[in-house]
Amino acid sequence: MMHFLLLFSRQGKLRLQKWFTPIPEREKKKIVRDMTTMVLGRKPRSCNFLHWKDLKIVYKKYASLYFCCGLDAEENELLALEVLHRYVELLDKYFGNVCELDIIFNFEKAYFILDEFLLGGEVQETSKQVVSRSIEASDMLQEAEVDNSDYDLELGWP
Amino acid sequence: MPAVSKGDGMRGLAVFISDIRNCKSKEAEIKRINKELANIRSKFKGDKALDGYSKKKYVCKLLFIFLLGHDIDFGHMEAVNLLSSNKYTEKQIGYLFISVLVNSNSDLISLINNAIKNDLSSRNPTFMNLALHCIANVGSREMAEAFAAEVPRILVAGDTMDSVKQSAALCLLRLNRTSPDLVLMGEWTARVVHLLNDQHLGVVTAATSLITTLAQKSPEDFKTSVSLAVARLSRIVSSGSTDLQDYTYYFVAAPWLSVKLLRLLQCYPPPEDGAIRGRLTECLETILNKAQEPPKSKKVQHSNAKNAVLFEAISLIIHHDSEPTLLVRACNQLGQFLQHRETNLRYLALESMCTLASSEFSHEAVKTHIETVINALKSERDVSVRQRAVDLLYAMCDRSNAKQIVAEMLSYLETADYSIREEIVLKVAILAEKYAVDYTWYVDTILNLIRFAGDYVSDEVWYRVIQIVINRDEVQGYAAKTVFEALQAPACHENLVKVGGYILGEFGNLIAGDSRSSPLIQFDLLHSKFHLCSVPTRALLLSAYIKFINLFPEVKGTIQEVLRSDSQLRNADVELQQRAVEYLRLSCIASTDILATVLEEMPPFPERESSILAKLKRKKGPGNLHPDLDENRKERSANGGTADHSSTTSNAKVAASPTPSTDLLGLGSTITTQNSAPPASKGTSLLVDVFSENIAAFPVETPVAVGPVADENFSRFVCKNNGVLYENQLLQIGLKSEFRQNLGRMYVFFGNKTSTQFMNFAASVVCQDTLQAQLNVHAKPADPTVDGGAQLQQILNIECMSDFVDAPVLNIQFRYGGTLQNIAVKLPITLNKFFQPTEMTSQDFFQRWKQLGAPQQEVQKIFKAKHSMDTEVTKAKIMGFGAALLDGVDPNPSNFVGAGVIHTKTTQVGCLLRLEPNTQAQMYRLTLRTSRDTVSQRLCDLLSEQF
Repeated sequence: MMHFLLLFSRQGKLRLQKWFTPIPEREKKKIVRDMTTMVLGRKPRSCNFLHWKDLKIVYKKYASLYFCCGLDAEENELLALEVLHRYVELLDKYFGNVCELDIIFNFEKAYFILDEFLLGGEVQETSKQVVSRSIEASDMLQEAEVDNSDYDLELGWP
Repeated sequence: MPAVSKGDGMRGLAVFISDIRNCKSKEAEIKRINKELANIRSKFKGDKALDGYSKKKYVCKLLFIFLLGHDIDFGHMEAVNLLSSNKYTEKQIGYLFISVLVNSNSDLISLINNAIKNDLSSRNPTFMNLALHCIANVGSREMAEAFAAEVPRILVAGDTMDSVKQSAALCLLRLNRTSPDLVLMGEWTARVVHLLNDQHLGVVTAATSLITTLAQKSPEDFKTSVSLAVARLSRIVSSGSTDLQDYTYYFVAAPWLSVKLLRLLQCYPPPEDGAIRGRLTECLETILNKAQEPPKSKKVQHSNAKNAVLFEAISLIIHHDSEPTLLVRACNQLGQFLQHRETNLRYLALESMCTLASSEFSHEAVKTHIETVINALKSERDVSVRQRAVDLLYAMCDRSNAKQIVAEMLSYLETADYSIREEIVLKVAILAEKYAVDYTWYVDTILNLIRFAGDYVSDEVWYRVIQIVINRDEVQGYAAKTVFEALQAPACHENLVKVGGYILGEFGNLIAGDSRSSPLIQFDLLHSKFHLCSVPTRALLLSAYIKFINLFPEVKGTIQEVLRSDSQLRNADVELQQRAVEYLRLSCIASTDILATVLEEMPPFPERESSILAKLKRKKGPGNLHPDLDENRKERSANGGTADHSSTTSNAKVAASPTPSTDLLGLGSTITTQNSAPPASKGTSLLVDVFSENIAAFPVETPVAVGPVADENFSRFVCKNNGVLYENQLLQIGLKSEFRQNLGRMYVFFGNKTSTQFMNFAASVVCQDTLQAQLNVHAKPADPTVDGGAQLQQILNIECMSDFVDAPVLNIQFRYGGTLQNIAVKLPITLNKFFQPTEMTSQDFFQRWKQLGAPQQEVQKIFKAKHSMDTEVTKAKIMGFGAALLDGVDPNPSNFVGAGVIHTKTTQVGCLLRLEPNTQAQMYRLTLRTSRDTVSQRLCDLLSEQF
């Protein structure tokens, strides 16, 4: 199974964190630190796999973002690379040419899409069409709701 | 895409996020966040009730702040409120918040569970999915308790939508991982297996993950999945590249599902049914054939997906380890990848070949790639690839290529990355020993190791070289000559000084005939290094000097002079000073005969498993053991008759003596055989002291358990003698024991829960540190194999020498399928087992109670009741603990009073105990009075854990 999935920028800024096993907050921070230093320190065109403690680390860079996941020792590294790729494709399909800013400003969407794709650290649905369709469906629900809601009338902030 | 999806509604959130992004410093960010937190807090506390939309927005902001790495201590209640909203987006944000900020606050958990329950029964698939995702994301014990029965029902119900089935399958998988005891197998089990036949490939994919995990734990229950998985796999493999529509990924048919099915099959041995087996072989052949076909796309996704399936197929072939043709084909395929231009493939090929090297069928085929692998070690730019190359060289090493491989690894060591040097050192040391035909080569190799990477040579390595030199007469002269030459270097590593000091101290006489290495020259050479060394090394050198006095009477004066100097006799370090004083005295007063006896050459060490191997195993962790183990296997097949190495190893393990079985130089045991003076007499007899100093001179390492020691059930055995001590998916360990006075006998039952035989089974008992003098546990030898479903019995004889605190550890090692299993369990041999109950009158009791009134004899503990305070249960526990329960002694009838005697070989310790329950406060007060403070303390600790 996958233990965690992290998205971080070249500067080491964490953009998304998904943990599939219960890990204390302090330990999470340590893992994030280890992953960013380890992965960002790799030379270009190195292989995409590493060993770290008992886990296999698989990472790949897409534009300015690094996608990095930790797997059990018996997992298939190549397929994990394609899990990352499929997630990128799903984000891309949803946002249309996804970029780092989309994920920053719509972080909740990035999590929702991930939940449709991976659950409990395993692939739930591999079909791009099926996942996109269910995300679309929830957006349609949302659209219907937005029409009814008041405009954002928060005091203090424009 | 609908335009509304981006930046919809929650404008305040977007503004806040861009504010944060515009912050120039960490301080500014914190300031902005605090301002926002204050704002949200006031909104939540305000008089005006917030509408769902605002609540959603604020909760989302809190979530954002938390994900930035700041603590959030409010807002949970509002998030929980959102769960019961009937608006999808509000619910969705509520669930997201709960999933990310799991809170063990019990009030909230029940509210959350309630909301989940409502959504699960809503029959709205979107809501059901949200609820299932939440359970899977949080996976807490409370949720498992609430939903472990419900989720399987949803999973197998006929009218459940496909997407809900998928979520339910993985949700159940998560619950099974976190709380396996709560997920009970039932009639749903069989129906889950049939999901492998489902029309919807997404459902099959999710279900396969679930079945694989369940099958690992109880293979028997899911046996029928094998034929279904083979059938499914066969349909996928033979399908055209577009048959599976969207489940075809870059022209590869359902790669995820294929890999999962292949993984599921790795839970089982090759299918027994010939037809199924044939069909599977066909599938594997087709996969191997496809690897040779030209790619259908130039995209890396295509080749990754295709090769992912191929590597998984190879894993299955290796796991089955039964079809020579497939194994050799797999090896050839990997050989092609070794030279592939994709770094990833080279990396994986090296990794996969490591496991292939351990199969008898393919070992030779792997060996043909040696040049490529050596080349990888030299030319790969990526350290993680080079690391895999080292692993593979280690795995493919045997007698025929050992010299070449060791030489290559040694030369790589000079430039190797610091992070992997220690591991390479260990590997070289192991290979050099294992495949040494002539031991001069071995000695040269180890000295080179110290020369090239002295800092990375751990103690185990240099202990081992000494052990081997002492045990082999033929190499002693060569070793002495070689270390003498190596020590000539102006700057040499301290480890070399240690080895040199020890070897010259023992065998310097063998080269003393040569005038270039006369006794005095040898001594001067060693002593020239003395002042540059650390205290332990200097202590070792002092021992070497006293040995010189015996070997070479002609340098006695010179050495005495050195020992007598102020820098020795008045050394600030106690250890060095004491050695100097004692050695000097010894050399002055002892006659030549006595000196010769005391300082005689070390006797051979008992043959034992290399401690270096144990160290490497520790370094690599349990998952990565096969190469070492396979070395053993290959060794046996390669050497034919010389299986004695491994058999003595396992004998040594089974006959676990109280001395640590992996102490490095075996000094502990040799000392005890040489002189039987009790160690307590330190300081009274000079001779004894010399020996006990010798013990300290060469640190004796305590044995180490591999991996964590399981002790979950330990405390259950304090008050009883029979039951299940340990259980995992493969093995169950049961105990039956009886004790009388200071002796005991324990029957250990090892039950093989699988259908496959355990090989190389060995169980040993280790008493660590001080325990080895306090408790003798002798394990009778047992069979090295345990058949599937069978039980193996081993008898332990136990003798309590004196009172003790720690418990011995039962180390179990065996081979299951392709991997070596290591299990360590704490054996429940506790001090109270040696209790003999004593009946006595009230008068006697109080008289003795008063006699044991000294403050250190009494230990008292007040603690909260962990179980219900039932009188009968308490009585049974006290009797089970071993003491006699005395009625009518305590004036307060609700108190319990007990008495007994702890029997050890050296003494008997009378014990009185009193337990006072306070039902109102749910507390106990336990008082122990015995004639020994350590006994009082230990018994109190043991018994207080039981209530």
